[in-house]
Amino acid sequence: MTFSEWIAEPVNWAFLAMAIPMVLAALRVVTSRNVVHAALFLVLALAASAGLFILLSAEFVAWVLVLVYIGAVVVLFLFGIMITRAPIGRETNLSHNTRWPAAAAALGVFAVTFWLINAVTEQMGGFGDPLPAVGRATATGILGEGFINRYLIPFEAVGFVLLAALIGGITLARKDLTPAEEEEGARV
Amino acid sequence: MSLELTFWWLLAIKLAVAAAVVPVIGMVIGYAEMKLSAHMQSRVGPYFAGGRFGWAQLIADGVKFIQKEDIIPEEADRPVFKWAPALVMLGTMALLVIVPVHPSPRYGIVRDLEVGIFYALAISSVSTIGVLMAGWSSANKYSMIGGLRAAGQLIAYELPLVLATVGVVIQAGTMSMQGIVSAQVAQGWPFVLTQFIGFAIFMIATLAELTRLPFDMPIAESELVMGYVTEYSGFRFLFFFLAEFANMFSMSVIAATLFLGGYGLWGINPETLLSPIILFAKVGVLVFLMIWLRWTLPRLREDQLQTLAWKWLIPIAIANIIVTAVLKVVL
Repeated sequence: MTFSEWIAEPVNWAFLAMAIPMVLAALRVVTSRNVVHAALFLVLALAASAGLFILLSAEFVAWVLVLVYIGAVVVLFLFGIMITRAPIGRETNLSHNTRWPAAAAALGVFAVTFWLINAVTEQMGGFGDPLPAVGRATATGILGEGFINRYLIPFEAVGFVLLAALIGGITLARKDLTPAEEEEGARV
Repeated sequence: MSLELTFWWLLAIKLAVAAAVVPVIGMVIGYAEMKLSAHMQSRVGPYFAGGRFGWAQLIADGVKFIQKEDIIPEEADRPVFKWAPALVMLGTMALLVIVPVHPSPRYGIVRDLEVGIFYALAISSVSTIGVLMAGWSSANKYSMIGGLRAAGQLIAYELPLVLATVGVVIQAGTMSMQGIVSAQVAQGWPFVLTQFIGFAIFMIATLAELTRLPFDMPIAESELVMGYVTEYSGFRFLFFFLAEFANMFSMSVIAATLFLGGYGLWGINPETLLSPIILFAKVGVLVFLMIWLRWTLPRLREDQLQTLAWKWLIPIAIANIIVTAVLKVVL
């Protein structure tokens, strides 16, 4: 399929309308000079990815994303940021000197996830037929069964990789205190 | 081409109706609140505007708000400050999509989503972000504390709200709003008879989600000026104001649909045009209940609020789900 054929499909316009803001917002999450702005750009990125799930006719997954991630996780982020320290305006010390290792690790996680999904599905003999859609949306029951039966192993595998990535992220970002500093902290 | 044109026209009409419905509902409920609270306190309330009964009071107020200057504080984070009311309004307007006023899909601007009730709970949680944005970006300590209180409260009461609806979903076997109403119409009695605990928890959690008394700590005027709306003026304030009343309406619609049988009533054919009237009558009763409670109960303390949600409502809601699920399998 050439690009001109691809762009002629209206559904691909919708895809671009979701994907481009999503990528830009995701970039702003890590480049923004204000923590609250970063969290708000994360909302935008998550909302756009919910839109992508709707394009895939997985309506239930889209609204789970909105309820759990936008409605709970980001709200907790914002709550945590605001209850500790959230100055308005630009901050100077947001960047970390381990940013290049972090970028390499992020690329690595992406590569491993991509490889893992491909490898596992190849082992299973491909993704199989798409789940049957009723009308325009896949029925929630069918989605649940597909998720627990057919796609359980790829899902668990990806979940494992993401957990490892989370632990790696914390390791990269945390600042280890020297024993003297720890004592200082304990006294305060 | 003609098909596409009708689609876009229809979309434009639906958007226009949705945009008109929010202020109309806001004004009707706002007027009801003014008048009812006045009479509960042996006052008269709005009296002169519009000739009799002060019926035009809210229209006059709306015009006043639109005329006012749109002030943005010097130290505020301008884009966040400007977008916060829009986000609150988005959560409110999107709720109206799934209001089932009639069994036939031809009437109303309704779209019957398969994930109905789940969509409603998900989209209404977006408003929390708007409240936090408003609180933070105002660069005002009162706003900030109000925003934080609101977030803590909305996180705590989101859970009982969601859990309270699960019992109904188990009983009806569907999440679609139309499906839940038709299940109640088919069996002839509303779910409130078996799910009374769920109904009570849902209404308490709704009051907390709407940050109305006895749960209005986020805008507690005796402590925090006006909480997260302190710095807002003009039409941005109007957005918060209308969103609160429109949310009262849409949460009451959801409660009426889930627990009180929606547009169904004993002995009345739901196919007639009486259906929307029946639904709005039930909504009216629930809205009256909310106003009544607001002007009756004193404000809770912050720790009492959290205790109520985490130690009482959530365990009871989970127990309710377990009992409902077991009975559904056994019976």
